[in-house]
Amino acid sequence: MSTPTVSRNDRNDAPPSLLAGSVEQPTFGEAVNNYVSKVRGGDMGSLPAILALLVLLAIFVVMKPETFPSALNIANLFQQGAVVATIAMGLVFVLLLGEIDLSAGFTSGVSGAVLATLLTKNGAPWYVAVIGALITGLVVGLINGTLVARLGIPSFVVTLAMFLALQGAVLLIIGTGGNISIHDPVIVAIQNKNVPPLLGWAIGILSVVAYGVSSLRTWQLRRQRGLLAAPVGVIAIKIAAIAVLVLGMIAILNQERSLHPLRVSIIGVPIVVPVIVTIALGLGFLLTRTAFGRHIYAVGGNAEATRRAGIRVASVRMACFMICSSMAAVAGIFAASRATSVDPNAGGSNVLLYAVGAAVIGGTSLFGGKGRIIDALIGAAVIAVIDNGMGLLGYSSGVRYVVTGAVLAAAAAVDALSRRQARSTGRG
Amino acid sequence: MTQAAHYAPDLAPPPTLEVRGGRKNFGAVHALRGVDLVARAGEVTALVGDNGAGKSTMIKCIAGIFPFDAGEVFFEGRPTHISSPGDANALGVEVVYQDLALCDNLDIVHNMFLGRELKKGFRLDESAMETRAAEVLASLSVRTVRSIRQHVASLSGGQRQTVAIARAVLWNSKLVILDEPTAALGVAQTEQVLQLVRRLADAGLAVVLVSHNMNEVLEVADSVNVLYLGQTAAQVRAQDTSRSEIIELITSGSAALGAPPVASASTINDAPNGSTPA
Repeated sequence: MSTPTVSRNDRNDAPPSLLAGSVEQPTFGEAVNNYVSKVRGGDMGSLPAILALLVLLAIFVVMKPETFPSALNIANLFQQGAVVATIAMGLVFVLLLGEIDLSAGFTSGVSGAVLATLLTKNGAPWYVAVIGALITGLVVGLINGTLVARLGIPSFVVTLAMFLALQGAVLLIIGTGGNISIHDPVIVAIQNKNVPPLLGWAIGILSVVAYGVSSLRTWQLRRQRGLLAAPVGVIAIKIAAIAVLVLGMIAILNQERSLHPLRVSIIGVPIVVPVIVTIALGLGFLLTRTAFGRHIYAVGGNAEATRRAGIRVASVRMACFMICSSMAAVAGIFAASRATSVDPNAGGSNVLLYAVGAAVIGGTSLFGGKGRIIDALIGAAVIAVIDNGMGLLGYSSGVRYVVTGAVLAAAAAVDALSRRQARSTGRG
Repeated sequence: MTQAAHYAPDLAPPPTLEVRGGRKNFGAVHALRGVDLVARAGEVTALVGDNGAGKSTMIKCIAGIFPFDAGEVFFEGRPTHISSPGDANALGVEVVYQDLALCDNLDIVHNMFLGRELKKGFRLDESAMETRAAEVLASLSVRTVRSIRQHVASLSGGQRQTVAIARAVLWNSKLVILDEPTAALGVAQTEQVLQLVRRLADAGLAVVLVSHNMNEVLEVADSVNVLYLGQTAAQVRAQDTSRSEIIELITSGSAALGAPPVASASTINDAPNGSTPA
């Protein structure tokens, strides 16, 4: 027989490089280099969207220096973007699976219609109406999820059918040409009232401090355990950037923005902003810090491997569709609050397409397995800025749609190109 | 001690896994018509056979993907019935499939803990998982991976195989079944994976290695089990056999050369106290 070339007692006593405690911590320069090579390798994340956002902001500030960067318009931007951003955050869950939910727009419409009906026609208190709207979303998600995950129908078809059905449902609830107005002060306040300036400052400063302390603690803990941790300089820059962004926005929004300040004062952060930030933090936590979130990425990456790892793939899929539709319901509440009424076209026209566009522009892959909640917010910001800025410049809706479409196509192209780049550099 | 070791009257512990007379039918197709297997702790047991001999069916039966229709299975000397992958995992049986079943978009740590994440409350305990993954990789003397926070997509074939194997040994497993781990690898990487397979056995695990490659089998295995048309042709000690004998067993189901310890089908000649070859 052949002589074994592997010694049977081949106990390797070379120092194992991966053992905890022996990790070489990167310096600041190395961390920057790593990031540059990561981007060059095709793993760009939301970088293109952030760059696009900065370019767009610069263009509109230069062309409309009076109106675009005004406190009034910035508050407007948040209120306009709220609905699309909320639906987009929910869509991230479905897109991560490699699926799509075309019914999300009209899910928001139906939920808004349910909310309005409960409030105005049945005289229900606001929290009952909100629960009703959320249940509507959950039920839609349950049906979508069951048809996709249990029956195996492609999500494109299932949610297209749901899209048509819900469009009908909105008409049936409200009636053709009808319109239900909302007077409930709590619901109306979400999009039309502001956080008192001092409270705004308090929340903002507390959030920044909490973020700073927790990221420094995590860093310290990882260093202590000998695990790879980013250099403290990188963490400091991140904290500083967050602080500037958050406190800067609060400073701007806390300025008087009423056109007739003597008659009525409009001042403070719109209530919808902290609501969306809270939702985003919650969903982000779910995606990145829990086993369930990890399983969503796993299903999007390799469903068969996930199944063999003992994870109930169908349940994960169902849950994602239910989260998506519930977020659409929340968006429906925001939309109803902003318009203080719900009409038969609620959730229609470009709402869904803007939301899908927002998620994709932000860097969420349509192929599944890649995407973050923050991507949806950045993408929604891009879309809201285009819509708002071009409106101020006096372009018609037609031109705005064409430009938004071009930006979406560009984002999808960036996604496809970065995938190709990633494959060729072995980063997948 | 009685049922497990018919050729080992004394002292030898029962094998980690013993299959006797395993049968599996798919409708009219008799995929397995009486297979026997003995896998001992600290040994690499190679499972060889021509295409369609039943190797894959056999490991799927052991892994609980579909249970044997008939026959006996003993785990550490005790009769057991493995009827689901969960049963197999509970016993300490882990299978590394040929396609590795890794998620490209997750990093090494997340892949190793997929489906069995360590948690603090309902949060993932990333530090604990990272530390444990690093320990396991270090215990396997894996030195080829740059960072365990790399996405699996950026790994080479051998590294991916290593991650899959490391995942299998993460759970204090007792029996690791490897389905053609080197089939898609180059020479250097094959060598690395084979060394890893050897280290698993040296660490006291029972390893079943499904392979097509005779050199590899003779290089790394302690015992060779040959399947022929859904039956076990023989299980022989690696140091008592030769390449030509194994090939004869694979192609004809019996070794006519009269080489010493070849058992006929359905009996197993597997001396547990055989000395380790040099």
